Amino acid sequence: MKKLGEMLLGESPFRELVMGNTALVRGMVEAGVRVVTSYPGSPTPEIATAIASIRKELRPFHFEFCVNEKVAVEVAYGAAVNGRPSVVFFKSVGLNVASDTFVQLNHMDIPGGLVVIVGDDPGAHSSQNEQDNRHLARMSYTPVLEPASPSEAYAFLLTAVSMARKHRMAVMLRMTTHVCHAKEMVSFGGWPNTPRDDTPGFDGSGGSHIPIGAMVARMKKRAIERLQASREPGLDRVLENGNPKRGIITAGLPFLSVLDVLSGAARKPDILKLGMVHPLSLDTISGFLRAHEEVLVLEELDDFIEQSVKAMAHDSGLSTRVLGKGCTEDWIGEFTPGRVREILHRLWPDSVVAPVSMAGNLAAPVRFPQMCPGCGHRSAFFAIGKALRKNDITVADIGCHTLGFLPPHEIGRLLMSMGASTGIGQGLSLFNSERRVVAFLGDSTFFHAGIPGVINAIFNNHRLTLIVMENGTTAMTGHQEHPGTGRNFNDPTERIPIRKVLEGLGIQNITEVDTYNQKALTTAVGKALESPGLSVVIAKHPCMLKFSREQRRKPGFVQRHVEVSEDKCTLARECIDRFGCPSFKRDGETGRVSTNTDLCIGDGSCIQTCPSDALGAVAPGKESR
Amino acid sequence: MNIHMTGVGGQGIGLLSELLLRALSVAGMEVRGVDTHGLAQRGGVVNSQIRTGSGEFSPLIAPGGADLVLALERHEALRAVGGYLRDKGALAYYDAVWQPFEVRNGSVPGVSTEALHEECRRRDIRAVRVFRDDLPDPRMQNTALLAEVLHNDLIPGLRPEHVTQAMEDLLQGGALKANLEILGVR
Repeated sequence: MKKLGEMLLGESPFRELVMGNTALVRGMVEAGVRVVTSYPGSPTPEIATAIASIRKELRPFHFEFCVNEKVAVEVAYGAAVNGRPSVVFFKSVGLNVASDTFVQLNHMDIPGGLVVIVGDDPGAHSSQNEQDNRHLARMSYTPVLEPASPSEAYAFLLTAVSMARKHRMAVMLRMTTHVCHAKEMVSFGGWPNTPRDDTPGFDGSGGSHIPIGAMVARMKKRAIERLQASREPGLDRVLENGNPKRGIITAGLPFLSVLDVLSGAARKPDILKLGMVHPLSLDTISGFLRAHEEVLVLEELDDFIEQSVKAMAHDSGLSTRVLGKGCTEDWIGEFTPGRVREILHRLWPDSVVAPVSMAGNLAAPVRFPQMCPGCGHRSAFFAIGKALRKNDITVADIGCHTLGFLPPHEIGRLLMSMGASTGIGQGLSLFNSERRVVAFLGDSTFFHAGIPGVINAIFNNHRLTLIVMENGTTAMTGHQEHPGTGRNFNDPTERIPIRKVLEGLGIQNITEVDTYNQKALTTAVGKALESPGLSVVIAKHPCMLKFSREQRRKPGFVQRHVEVSEDKCTLARECIDRFGCPSFKRDGETGRVSTNTDLCIGDGSCIQTCPSDALGAVAPGKESR
Repeated sequence: MNIHMTGVGGQGIGLLSELLLRALSVAGMEVRGVDTHGLAQRGGVVNSQIRTGSGEFSPLIAPGGADLVLALERHEALRAVGGYLRDKGALAYYDAVWQPFEVRNGSVPGVSTEALHEECRRRDIRAVRVFRDDLPDPRMQNTALLAEVLHNDLIPGLRPEHVTQAMEDLLQGGALKANLEILGVR
């Protein structure tokens, strides 16, 4: 078996099939990065998976998952301002959490250099929006490099670290979901593994790092000048197809879509592929505009490049026709090869043939994501649902429990951002004596951004029932540790129990129930809902996906299943219609219920839901299948 | 060649995709691939794509652009055939059924083998059904499918020794042994 961790530390150049996220880690090693921080979020957590493959004592840099993205940027900045080349990475909306500090970074002199890797998510595959973080880069005078492939991700990371160190600044490397997760053969360079200079280099003389009063204007001037000076040659390139009429300006993954679509096209336009999308090179853009009658700016999400290109055309007095977003749909979703074909065909039907229509094909029933077999959240929602009135308002937060909004539970009918449920719940409870309000919060989210909302409920005497859905891990993003688990990324650490935090805040009304104890949970939530002020129920059960994976790895493990007794089953279908475990299946003809043994983990949390006592755990090998 | 792989989160599409990508590379092809990570892995539709060829190109396949669909579940086989597979392409699917919620609760009918094969006939698609009742673990259905891909020569130029090499690169110990056994049965 090839060991990823050993490969990532190889001293000689090598080639390997890797995903974009993994390629970044080799880039960090080669670039001599000393400190890396993060908070887990798709599409970036596999960067940490690759880091984890390197044995801790051999890792050439310190890595930690921080409590949230803001703290992650601050730790990385603190290291970088002390001379350590540093990297921080997180998902698109993570930048919102980090922004209070992020927008200040380039006001500072950062001797070590800091690279901020942002995983934007066009198509909102794993995020609550598809925000275009190039805007925050412009707002904060931060240069942006945008790779299209894993090979470029690696190469641009090296460039970004070098820019950041040379200009003592922060640089954004903007990844997108399918650049993070694309896989290809990447050629890596060597790594001499020379000793690093760890002399603490912070120099704060003359208030150099204090943005107050007159200093702010000076810092801002330096930020603007440094942004212009930061551009490295060779990041943008022109692909000549000998077309004086038409050109395309593009970047990132859409560039590869353009190549795909044009591979069979008549009269291919020339292509300007941008590697650095902020700030743009006036010389490059105006040169390309000058060489064409008509130029299409083809970019995913917002018209960020388009606006600048149009301004440059205007300022340069060019009459080139600049095309960009043609309709509202052009602002939305991922520019896959299919989408790009639609756009280019709409614009230039003489050059690009129409997409294949799949509309007449037989469709399959819709499939939403769902909680895993045995998930403690399912038992929680089943039990909590019994304590709720129809008009109660339930507010979800980010995490696996968000899936509770889907049938059959339909609990958690509002969702915003990390830790937002408690504040939103407090607002919902104002001038509202009729409808009771319940906010949900996961355990990793509690530490990330949940605590201020809880304190506000105490501080301002709000009436709210908070249900902490504690599964002992950061489940949705791949089971990372958090402050309540007793381990950090590297070592065992002092566990911070959520209950003690809440007690420390002075909350009196706290109940803790294992969610598999469904009756007790219903009772606890019913009582909490009737109490005045803030009441908390900690609905806990370990993540069963993590647990069952660990069990399966143990020697001698035998899988147990739940079985439906045909004699006892009265077709009440509580297990399917209201409990909703995916491990049950329905016979299309008879309507009879049985167990899907591929899925059932034998946890037995369903047994108590059956009104006719037809469910039971079966010893291994005794199935009647 | 464009290969679209699909299944339900938890079925092992990730490993199938990783093995196949590496095996095609061992076979000397230039490859690109992409996987689904994140939210959909929790019981949702999970897709992976692999493309072979030379030069710069996207890892993503356009609708109707797949030459071959590999599916680990029957509903997802139909969805991928309808969304990605070109007419006259090929489908190989492991005939596991993980019913979506609305099929389980009876509000919509599930997909039958007959309906799937009828749709394939209509579009002149070669359909290969795989099912084995001797697998020690349902998580090995992906390898059982891969064995049939080789047996039916669905990917020109891909031979068992390429897949064996990929398995040896990615797996070890008991998992390697068990998967090699399933691969070698034919």
